[in-house]
Amino acid sequence: MRFVDEYRDAEKARTLAAQIAALCEPGRAYKFMEVCGGHTHTIYKHGLEDYLPEAVTLVHGPGCPVCVIPMGRVDDAVHIAEQPDVIMTSFGDMMRVPGGNGSFLDAKARGADIRMVYSPLDALKIARENPARRVVFMAIGFETTAPSTAMTVLRAAAEGIDNFSVFCNHVTIIPAIKAILDSPDLRLDGFVGPGHVSAVIGCRPYGFIARDYGKPLVVAGFEPLDVLHTVYRLLLQLAGGRAEVENQYARVVPWEGNPKALGVINQVMELRPYFEWRGLGFISHSALRMGERYAAFDAERIFRIPGGRVADPKACQCGEVLKGVLKPWECKVFGTACTPETPIGTCMVSSEGACAAYYNFGRFSRERVKEATRR
Amino acid sequence: MCLGIPGEIVEILSDRPDLAMVDVSGVQRAINIGLLEEESLAPGDWILIHVGFALSKIDEVEARAALDFLESIGEAYEDEIAALRESMIEQG
Repeated sequence: MRFVDEYRDAEKARTLAAQIAALCEPGRAYKFMEVCGGHTHTIYKHGLEDYLPEAVTLVHGPGCPVCVIPMGRVDDAVHIAEQPDVIMTSFGDMMRVPGGNGSFLDAKARGADIRMVYSPLDALKIARENPARRVVFMAIGFETTAPSTAMTVLRAAAEGIDNFSVFCNHVTIIPAIKAILDSPDLRLDGFVGPGHVSAVIGCRPYGFIARDYGKPLVVAGFEPLDVLHTVYRLLLQLAGGRAEVENQYARVVPWEGNPKALGVINQVMELRPYFEWRGLGFISHSALRMGERYAAFDAERIFRIPGGRVADPKACQCGEVLKGVLKPWECKVFGTACTPETPIGTCMVSSEGACAAYYNFGRFSRERVKEATRR
Repeated sequence: MCLGIPGEIVEILSDRPDLAMVDVSGVQRAINIGLLEEESLAPGDWILIHVGFALSKIDEVEARAALDFLESIGEAYEDEIAALRESMIEQG
């Protein structure tokens, strides 16, 4: 595939790793947060931590859309799914996410009609083909997926499909990064910036991280060499005493983002005053809901959702994992009570969740070795 | 979900200009290209696909430039890094 194999060249990775090691100041430890779950996936899948010197730690951030959905929202979605004539649709990642009243899979077993879709357009197709049913798309994701949801709503409006609505759970990345920067739990040296979110929002919104917090951020692609190249560029900035926003992923991310995509988000959705994130709590202006003009497509207005708050199970430490305070294997239930088959927390559900990625790919990486020697 | 897949545009549908037939790993499927309407896409262009929508046009020049950089990184930057390290030591 174009520009995939080239970015997986093991020999180049080793050369890059040597350069990374050479840039590390002796005696100094570096902590970089990869904000996006896609990067977490790449890091574990390709064992990138093993390429990095001991001094460099990658900390996993909150950029996993499924992981940050609080249990109360899952319960709201299940409530909607169990209303008469409803067909609930969502991405496959959502199916196992546990709420207080079970997951979508549990609700399906109780008789609810819940279907997995690849695209919101597939949900719209189901609505078109089932005019007597009420088809709801549970929308999740950062700015990467929000334009697709918005485009689908515009299409539904243009076609006059009135049995389609969106249960909107889109979140925005900048307030989450700010919450992490303001949290006292973690000292970070820089950020591996999200790739596909940036294809939409561009690189300018990260300016405050360099300007106000003095930390570098490099927008990164998702292939192994992209991530290593990004770590290299972060270290190069630190070695030179710089803190800037750079774009390693210019083949996909234009500096200004995608103005059309931002335009359709603003046309169809508006910022919520606040939204609860699993692990991070309530963050103001951090999520999107359907705007007034498209109220007819807003599942929150059509169905009376309970809107309750549900505390995470006591054993679950997804919150700490999402903030980068704990590594997946440091959670008490990791790999024992909590596995991808029977997840307790969201981070074990999505393939972009740090726990699932670590469980599936990373168990023999250097963290595991450290863990074993500590016991 | 956030990973996205690259695909090559095979044909832009004349009756639906917001749709294109795209080759993704040998399989052709219709992809919505409405988010890239300002890019004047044409067959042969590579796009990044995300939940059924083309999110970004893959810039071949930039892709090549980054690869060239990675190619050169072994040699050309070694001297610079050595110089940089020395200047840091002086500051310390």
